[in-house]
Amino acid sequence: MPLYHQSRQTVIQGIFLVVFVILIIRLFVLQILSPQYQMQAMDNAVYRSIVYPDRGIIFDRKGKPILENTLTRELMILPNQLRGVDTAGLLAILGIDTAEFRQRLVAAIVKNGRYRPTVFEPSLTIEKFVKLQESMFRFEPGFFLQERPIRTYPYRAAAHILGYIGEVDSTILRRTNFFYQMGDYMGLSGLERYYEPVLMGQRGVSYQLKDNRNRIVGAFENGKYDTAAKAGRNLRTYLDMEIQVMAERFFANKLGAVVAIEPSTGGIIAMASGPTYDPNQLTGPQRRRNFSWMLSDTARPLFNRAIKGQYPPGSTVKPMGALIALDQGVISPEYGYGCGGAYVACGRPIRCSHAGGGHAANLRNALANSCNSYFCHIYRMSVDKGQFGGVANGYVRWQQYANSFGMGVRLGLDLPSEDKGFIADTGFYNRMYRGVWNSCNNVFLGIGQGEMTATPLQMANLMCIIANKGFFYTPHFVEHIDGRGIEDTILQRFGRKHEVTRISRDAYEAVQLGMQDVVDHGTAWVARIDGITMAAKTGTAENYGIINGKREKLEDHSWFVCFAPRENPKIAVAVVVENAGFGATWAGPIASLIVEKYLNDTLRTHRLKEVERIASKEIILPVIRQKRQRLDSIRRARAEALERSVTGNRDGRATDLSTGRVKVPPAPGIVHDVSKHAGRPAQGGGPVPTEGHRLHKVAIIRKDEGTKS
Amino acid sequence: MRGRNPEIARGVDWAVIAIYLMLVSIGVMSIFAATYRDESILQGFLSLKTDYSKQALFFVISMVLGVFILLIDSKLFTATANLSYVAGILLLLLVFPFHTEVKGTKSIIRFGTFQLQPAELCKIFVNLALAKYLSQLETDFHRLKDQLIASALVLLPAILAIFQSETGLALVYFSFFLVMYREGLPSVVLVVGISLMVLVIATLLLDPNLLAGILTALALAAIYLFRKSFRRNRGLLFIIIGCWVVSVGIQRFAVPILFEKVLKPYQVQRIYATVGRDFVVDPETMTEEDIRKMEDRKKATTYNVKQSKIAIGSGGFLGKGLMKGTQTRYDFVPEQRTDFIFCTVGEGFGFIGSAVLLMLYLLLLMRIVQIAERQRSTFSRCYAYGVASVIFSHVLINIGMTVGLVPVIGIPLPFMSYGGTALLTFTVLLAILVRLDADRLMNLR
Repeated sequence: MPLYHQSRQTVIQGIFLVVFVILIIRLFVLQILSPQYQMQAMDNAVYRSIVYPDRGIIFDRKGKPILENTLTRELMILPNQLRGVDTAGLLAILGIDTAEFRQRLVAAIVKNGRYRPTVFEPSLTIEKFVKLQESMFRFEPGFFLQERPIRTYPYRAAAHILGYIGEVDSTILRRTNFFYQMGDYMGLSGLERYYEPVLMGQRGVSYQLKDNRNRIVGAFENGKYDTAAKAGRNLRTYLDMEIQVMAERFFANKLGAVVAIEPSTGGIIAMASGPTYDPNQLTGPQRRRNFSWMLSDTARPLFNRAIKGQYPPGSTVKPMGALIALDQGVISPEYGYGCGGAYVACGRPIRCSHAGGGHAANLRNALANSCNSYFCHIYRMSVDKGQFGGVANGYVRWQQYANSFGMGVRLGLDLPSEDKGFIADTGFYNRMYRGVWNSCNNVFLGIGQGEMTATPLQMANLMCIIANKGFFYTPHFVEHIDGRGIEDTILQRFGRKHEVTRISRDAYEAVQLGMQDVVDHGTAWVARIDGITMAAKTGTAENYGIINGKREKLEDHSWFVCFAPRENPKIAVAVVVENAGFGATWAGPIASLIVEKYLNDTLRTHRLKEVERIASKEIILPVIRQKRQRLDSIRRARAEALERSVTGNRDGRATDLSTGRVKVPPAPGIVHDVSKHAGRPAQGGGPVPTEGHRLHKVAIIRKDEGTKS
Repeated sequence: MRGRNPEIARGVDWAVIAIYLMLVSIGVMSIFAATYRDESILQGFLSLKTDYSKQALFFVISMVLGVFILLIDSKLFTATANLSYVAGILLLLLVFPFHTEVKGTKSIIRFGTFQLQPAELCKIFVNLALAKYLSQLETDFHRLKDQLIASALVLLPAILAIFQSETGLALVYFSFFLVMYREGLPSVVLVVGISLMVLVIATLLLDPNLLAGILTALALAAIYLFRKSFRRNRGLLFIIIGCWVVSVGIQRFAVPILFEKVLKPYQVQRIYATVGRDFVVDPETMTEEDIRKMEDRKKATTYNVKQSKIAIGSGGFLGKGLMKGTQTRYDFVPEQRTDFIFCTVGEGFGFIGSAVLLMLYLLLLMRIVQIAERQRSTFSRCYAYGVASVIFSHVLINIGMTVGLVPVIGIPLPFMSYGGTALLTFTVLLAILVRLDADRLMNLR
């Protein structure tokens, strides 16, 4: 049956053919119709690593670096990979015993779990690092070395300005649309945050081949697709680190702030907030602990009072009142007021520190003597001016003036989270007085009290306006950015000149002369500097706080604002020292020293003693100091416990560290005052609640009322 | 020297030898591409420590053995066929007490460094014995008794292989039914066999009710088409209805029972994985050990197939070039040198290279069928069909596995996979064929 066999042969060949056709179709589908396999192969075998560029450096006006990049070397532990590790060898190199090894291991597991790496030994010395590196193969994979760039601050200063960098969290990841990746560092506050796009540089990407165990085996396609990292760009700032360091010395043990600005550019020469802290504390392995300690400190070292502290400006605002009155034409520089020691036109007398003698015979004298009556009077004249037809309209106009002087508005400097102070609006007074009020109700505004607060930055800026006779540049730190880039628009707005209304130069001249008299033979004679004509104004601001539930009048804030030289102003300074009494007592000398140091580049010997005297004086409210001391002792106890655990104490006490937290009993302190006025923002030196401040319920709200100058 | 001997060269089929040499060379090259690291190539080959040098050595040994076989008188094969079969079965039985367990298989006997896998070797003996039985004058393959004896010859080693956890090799023994089909096994067996396979796969893929519906629709359509024939042929209606009952019965009862009671859970899981379905664990019917075993295997097999598909799929049309495959170079595909050697070709030479390789195999198979049909003796023809069936089943299962069409079954790709026993076995299989073909005018019994 050949035909029969013929057909069977064909069937078998047909089966072979069909199967091979199926296989080839399958291959066609896999290799040509399924591009996803190429992607998966890339995912499998190509390791995409980010090359981090060096962050930009920030320099001061003399070209000295305020911060630097250094590498810290750490030994990391991966607790789940410890099998087969030569522990004895490692202990020998590190110089620790097994008991301590076990304790550190437990601490690491408690902190990050078994599967995530934790720092086992931070900040390795070069010798240890080299020794470990040589014999690392004996300790892998349970241990590995890691280099991490950190910021160091050679001056140990300017912490509030520079801010800090930290690991991005999930919120930032989402907000930036995953531009950052887990584990990236970015600027979280200060200049580091504001100039993040400039400082961070451009990340590079390098593609490497890896094998099935994620071991790198070489460059992918000889690095054809790699992109190089571009270093971050450096910032050149107006800061003068010598001034900055001195300013911070003054405020190491005081609450308050100082701001010094170059009036012709708006460049900030120095900005300190007391109490200060060493920015190096917020880098390196102790960062977390130091940060939480600072957060719990009642004196709130993390709070930048220079841009967030809201103080009643007191008499320092009088030049502004004079300018407004002059511009509205309600007074002339020759205008005088017969002050008999108090302003009585509004019922309850407002006391003045001088009586008679023509101390307010003209604007110049009134400024020099800081006559309360005079400035209350001209404030009322300004808002009650006939053409406005009522105090409400007049006040609206006055408020506009104040805003144009930068009061009650954000100036927009190059730091995040600036506060705008407070100037009440008519709606506020309508609510407060149920719609019926007159210029007597807010007459205190004329002398910088009442419904008004300002930040030290705003006061320094006000000095710039007066020094410049009618204009200012938005205060800022960065003069220019090295190199070129699209980010340069970031600086454009700082070059724009802001004209303040249309107040005549004559009006400014009159105010400047009055302020010069303040130094030459007025309230600020202590600030006088030989050979420098200075224009200044002192301020002594009344303030209230709520201590243990009772509203109490606190010691006055000491204010001092000035600029010098008067004819050709080079520096404008605002200083506030909380609860330090008269403006001339502490704030004045501080400002004076800063001006002298800046203009003369040096201080005379007898002035150096003055620096020491001021720097060593502690001015902190007793109630805050008590709380601070309590926290300090707790810290010391914890540090000792930590010390014990690190040096291998075997009596078991050290284990308290990981489990038992020392409980802080609620100290008698100052509680948050819920302001009696609905919708009223926090005032005075009070805090703006931030995350950290929610942790403890101690805060101060200062209420500004009454008069004093 | 012996190659020049006219006695050997006469009548030898050069096409088969050429394809054989090409395939083995591609195999050595692929193993080289997959395992070569940065050592000196000459040293790598001379040291005989690298996989590719070992395979090259096996290649040389195989060729020597092949030449040796070409020198043997063809009558020897017919004479010793039954004896070798008995010896092979004995070897297979010896495995049970003396095996060494290697990578989950229980089919290997080890003498020092030398490993022997009788189930692999036995393919030659079974092929010879089957050819011998089918070519005997007294065998009438249209008789059921002879069909059963032939089936038993094949199924005995298959069952032994299953007991040695060598499912793949057992499947290869089933491919001898192709030889029996050629020699007169009724087509019904083949048709029913293939239909059953289709039905089982459909059962796994489709919803039971949907499949039952489709089967019913098919049956109704058949009844409608043949409605005029029923008057003449009453039986046809019953056949159609019978087929329908059996089909629905299989998909409704037989397959579920097979999967739940007969097969081991990991085996079921493997089969499910191939058709792309998740196997739902029924904790009541499975022991904890079964579940753990299944999880382990699932991880391993799905990983293997996924990596294999990625490697082949990423080759694209033209491939990445020799030694440029990122997946096969850096050990992403497990069992890269042995069972998954095809990935190297797939990734390195893309669709073009893979298709050419498949064409070589198809050409070889077609040539062997051609050779088979020109034999004067039934023995040689049966033997040739046996060789074709073995190679065919190996290629189908191995490449089907690497491209994800067939469950993961460890079985070498003929001539290419790393491994001495497999290469020697296939060489001997082919060499005997060439030797028999050289004597195609003889009548061997």
